[in-house]
Amino acid sequence: MALWQWLVDQYQSWQPVSGYLVHIVAITIPLFVCVAYLTLAERKIIGAMQVRMGPTRVGWKGLLQPWADMFKLMFKEIIIPSGSNKILFLIAPILSLAPAMAAWAVVPLDATTVLADVNAGLLYVLAVTSIGVYGVIIAGWASNSKYALLGALRSSAQIVSYEIAMGFALVGVLIAAGSMNLGDIIIAQAGNHGPFNWFWLPLLPLFVIYFISGVAETNRAPFDVAEGESEIVAGFHVEYSGMAFAVFFLAEYANMILISVLAAVMFLGGWLSPLQGWVSDATLATPYIGWILDDGFHWLLAKISIFLFLYLWFRATFPRYRYDQIMRLGWKVFIPITIVWIIVVGGMVLGHVGPWWDHPG
Amino acid sequence: MGVEKILFYLFAAIMLASATAVITVRNPVRAALFLVLTFFASAAIWLLLEAEFLAVALVLVYVGAVMVLFLFVVMMLDVNLARLREGFARYLPIGVLIALLMITVLVMIVGPEQFGLAKFAEPLRHDADYSNTRELGLILYTVYVYPFEIAAVILLVAIVAAIALTLRRRPYTKYQNPDEQISVKRDDRIRLVDVPTEQRK
Repeated sequence: MALWQWLVDQYQSWQPVSGYLVHIVAITIPLFVCVAYLTLAERKIIGAMQVRMGPTRVGWKGLLQPWADMFKLMFKEIIIPSGSNKILFLIAPILSLAPAMAAWAVVPLDATTVLADVNAGLLYVLAVTSIGVYGVIIAGWASNSKYALLGALRSSAQIVSYEIAMGFALVGVLIAAGSMNLGDIIIAQAGNHGPFNWFWLPLLPLFVIYFISGVAETNRAPFDVAEGESEIVAGFHVEYSGMAFAVFFLAEYANMILISVLAAVMFLGGWLSPLQGWVSDATLATPYIGWILDDGFHWLLAKISIFLFLYLWFRATFPRYRYDQIMRLGWKVFIPITIVWIIVVGGMVLGHVGPWWDHPG
Repeated sequence: MGVEKILFYLFAAIMLASATAVITVRNPVRAALFLVLTFFASAAIWLLLEAEFLAVALVLVYVGAVMVLFLFVVMMLDVNLARLREGFARYLPIGVLIALLMITVLVMIVGPEQFGLAKFAEPLRHDADYSNTRELGLILYTVYVYPFEIAAVILLVAIVAAIALTLRRRPYTKYQNPDEQISVKRDDRIRLVDVPTEQRK
C-alpha cells in the first residue's frame, strides 16, 4: 500500500510533465498513421490519374498496404557502409523526422486545443523546420559516398534557398495578423464573409509562393532533383536501407503534412468554417448539422487534405525542373515578389482595407 | 523550480562539453556539428532566461542558415590536417600568452564578484502573456530606431559588396536566358530566303 501511495504521489508531482507526454503521444500517433496512409493515398491517387489501380492486394482494396510496407522495411537489414561515420549515419534520419514532428507543438487543432500556446509560434515553426536540413546534409556526408554527398549538397542548397522565400511569405502573414501566435493568426481571419475573410485573398501571391516553396522544401516533384533517379541514383539516401531509409521516407511525408497544415492555418483560416457568418446561429445550434457547419477540427482536416491532394497531383502531372531553373525561380522570381507584396500588405493594413483590416484596433 | 534547475544544468553541461569538442575534435565537419549543438544548447538556456525571441532567432539564423553554409564549405574543402598542425610548437608560446590574456580579461569582466544577488536584484518573473518579441520590437523601433536602421543599411551594403566582389562573368560561358527563350517568335528562328532559280544553259 505504501508503494502504491508513493507511486500516486510521484504521478501527481509529475502530472504536468506526464500530461504533456500524453498530449504529445495523442498528436504523434495519429500523425504517423496519417503518414502511413498518405503513402497509400499517393499510390492510389496517382494510379487513378494514370488509369491504373494502385495497390489492391493487401487487405480490402489495398487498405493494409502501408502496414505491409512497414513490416517489410522493419525486418530488412540496415546496411552501414564501410568508412561511414556510424553515429552520424544513424542520427541523420532522426534529425530529418524530428523537426517535422516537433513543429506540431504550436499548431492549433481547434479553438482551444493546442499543445503549446506560444507567443512566438510562427518563429518557432520557422526555426524548427530549418533544422530539418541537417538530416539531409549529415546523411549525405556520413554515407561516405559521392552520390550521396552530391545529392545532399543539391537538396540542401535548394532547401536553404526556398526557406528565404517561405520566410518572407510568413512575414506577410505576420503583418496581416499582427501576431506570431498561430491561434491569433487564425482568429484574425474570422469574420462574416465566409472564406473571403481568410488571408489567401489579400495575400494571394504570398499564398501561392508559400505553397510552391513548401513543395520545393520537401523535395517533392516537380522539385525533386534531390532524388533525381535519372542523374544521381537517389540523392542523399542512396546508402540507406531498411528502417533507416523508412525514417527518411516518413520524414518526407510528415513534412508534406506539416507544410499543408501550416498553409491551412496561415492562409485558409485553420479550423474556421468556410461558412462563417453565412449560417444563422439557429442552424449552428441544431445538433449534428450545426456541428458540421460550425468551426472545428474537421475543417482543418479538410483543408490539409486539399493541400496534400495538390502535392500528389503535382507529382502526377509536372515534369521535373532543371536545377538552374529551380534556383532561378527561387531567387529571382519568388523573393522579389514576396518583398514587393510585403510592402503592399503593409499598405493595406495601414489603409484598413476591408473586410480584413477595417475593424477598429 | 526543480525541473528548471535540472534543465539548466543539463543544457549547460551539453553546451560546455560540445564547445570543448569543437576545438578538440580532429574532423572539421564534426567540429562544425558540435558548434551547432553548442548553439542549440545556448538557445535552450536563453529560453530559460525568458528571452524566447533571441533563442528562436539563434536557432533560426545560426543553426538553420549560417552553420549550414559553414558545413557546405567545410565539406567541400579538402582540409589537410597535417599541414594545419604544422608549426604548432613554434606558435605555442604566443598562443598560450593570448589565451591567458583572454581568460584574465574574461574573468575580470564576467567573474563571480561582478554578479550575485548583492549586485543585481533577482529578476522578476513575467506572466504568461508577456511577449518578449513585442517588447524587443517596441524598443527597437522607437528608442533605437536610428542605430537599428543604420545597422540594416550597413548589412545591405555588405551583402551587395560581397556579391559584387565574387561576381565574375567569364566571356565564353554559355548560359540560357529564359526570358528570351519564352518570348521567341517565329521570325526570330526562321528566315525565308528567296533563292533565284538558276537557268539551265
